Amino acid sequence: MSILVKNILRAVLFLFVQIFILDKIHLHQMVTPYLYFLFILWLPFKMQRTWLMIIAFIYGFILDSFWHNPGFHAAACVLIAYVRPFLVNIFIPQEGADANFEEPSIKSMGGLLPYIIFMGILSFLHNAWLFLLEAWQFGNIWYFLVKTVLSTVISLLLIIITELIFVRKQKFRTNTV
Amino acid sequence: MSNIFLFIRRYANLLIFLFLQVLSFYFIVSYSKYHEAAFGNTANKFTGLINKQVNRVEYYFQLKKTNDSLLKANEVLYNKLRSNYNINDSLDKMVIDTMRIDSVLRYKKFNYLNAKVIANSIAAQSNFIVITGTNVHTFKKGMGIIGINNDVVGVITEVNGDYAAVMSLLHKDSKLSGKLLKSGETGTLSWDGKKPNILTLNNIPKSAKISIGDTIITSGFSAIFPKGIMIGRITDIKPETTNNNYRITLKSAANFYNLEYVYAIESADADAVKTILDKAKASVN
Repeated sequence: MSILVKNILRAVLFLFVQIFILDKIHLHQMVTPYLYFLFILWLPFKMQRTWLMIIAFIYGFILDSFWHNPGFHAAACVLIAYVRPFLVNIFIPQEGADANFEEPSIKSMGGLLPYIIFMGILSFLHNAWLFLLEAWQFGNIWYFLVKTVLSTVISLLLIIITELIFVRKQKFRTNTV
Repeated sequence: MSNIFLFIRRYANLLIFLFLQVLSFYFIVSYSKYHEAAFGNTANKFTGLINKQVNRVEYYFQLKKTNDSLLKANEVLYNKLRSNYNINDSLDKMVIDTMRIDSVLRYKKFNYLNAKVIANSIAAQSNFIVITGTNVHTFKKGMGIIGINNDVVGVITEVNGDYAAVMSLLHKDSKLSGKLLKSGETGTLSWDGKKPNILTLNNIPKSAKISIGDTIITSGFSAIFPKGIMIGRITDIKPETTNNNYRITLKSAANFYNLEYVYAIESADADAVKTILDKAKASVN
């Protein structure tokens, strides 16, 4: 399966799960389970940052349109798409690993811990930015902070579960092609 | 000039990032009812279609919830039925009143309370239904029970905490008065213990004009049920040889095979009627 087809399928699947399953689970008023942004985090290393952001914007915008509330998710998605390459540079284990592997995974990030930290930071940024935009209009700061932290924990849990259920085979690509 | 291009090239990503963020903010801030209308028309067709398709599947998972809500709605509606109110005929006297919203409440004779059937038997000679629900602890012995389609099911014989036992019409001791909707004759309803859903109506004189398919309703005499609740339809008419009555077989309107929800009828008059009857009996004896 080509990378393009694979990612399109992923996008559709994540959106579907987010809109029709996760958004309908009302765990608690403080916890909103978000998983859909994992699509952006799984995009290939090779993708240019510009395209990353544009895709993230469109992706977030599609999700927004389901809630008739445009802008919120798009903004959060663009933020994590912008920050992702910086974090990849920090967490990638050795020079050139991002060329050897296709996309971020436990293996390509060099272990579970860096991968979880990588995912955790981006989840936190996504949730924080999203809830900040919402709280800016509706709520107060403590509500925002607690909600962000709790939701990030749930997001991480969901990411790990997804990682366990859908094993992604990461081929080691030599750069001597 | 070249410095500007250099700057743009250098910070292209940052600029795009800022641009997209500002665009998002613009969407958030400028969002209004007008935008919902304009934006919704294009976006709704796509998202609405998907939502609809998913909902078709989801609907099945929510049938239970839907059922419950319909039950609640029905309870409200039943409580508004005209036959529950004992209002004086407005033709007799004209009263100009400053109406309160529930000014008819004091005329209300019957109140409906929902309950769920948890046990039901039809095979025995003395069949009972066990009901439960949030209101059940307020139920009293002698309250009437009707099904969700406004048809008679039985009478409460025992209340214990959140559970109540209902003597269904399919009980050999069940004696209820039934009335012919068309001609108004009243008879006694009983069950012969053979076939579920088939009841017998006695004491209808041969002078009554009846035909197969006629409706039998509650008489409202006993104040257990309001007048006019459906009991069943006549399936067979036989003249008794020993007396001047018909022996009428009818099919009950309530389907005792699949009772799920019922309503208990709280009657404001039940106690008064009972005491008066008791007094009358005592004075005769």
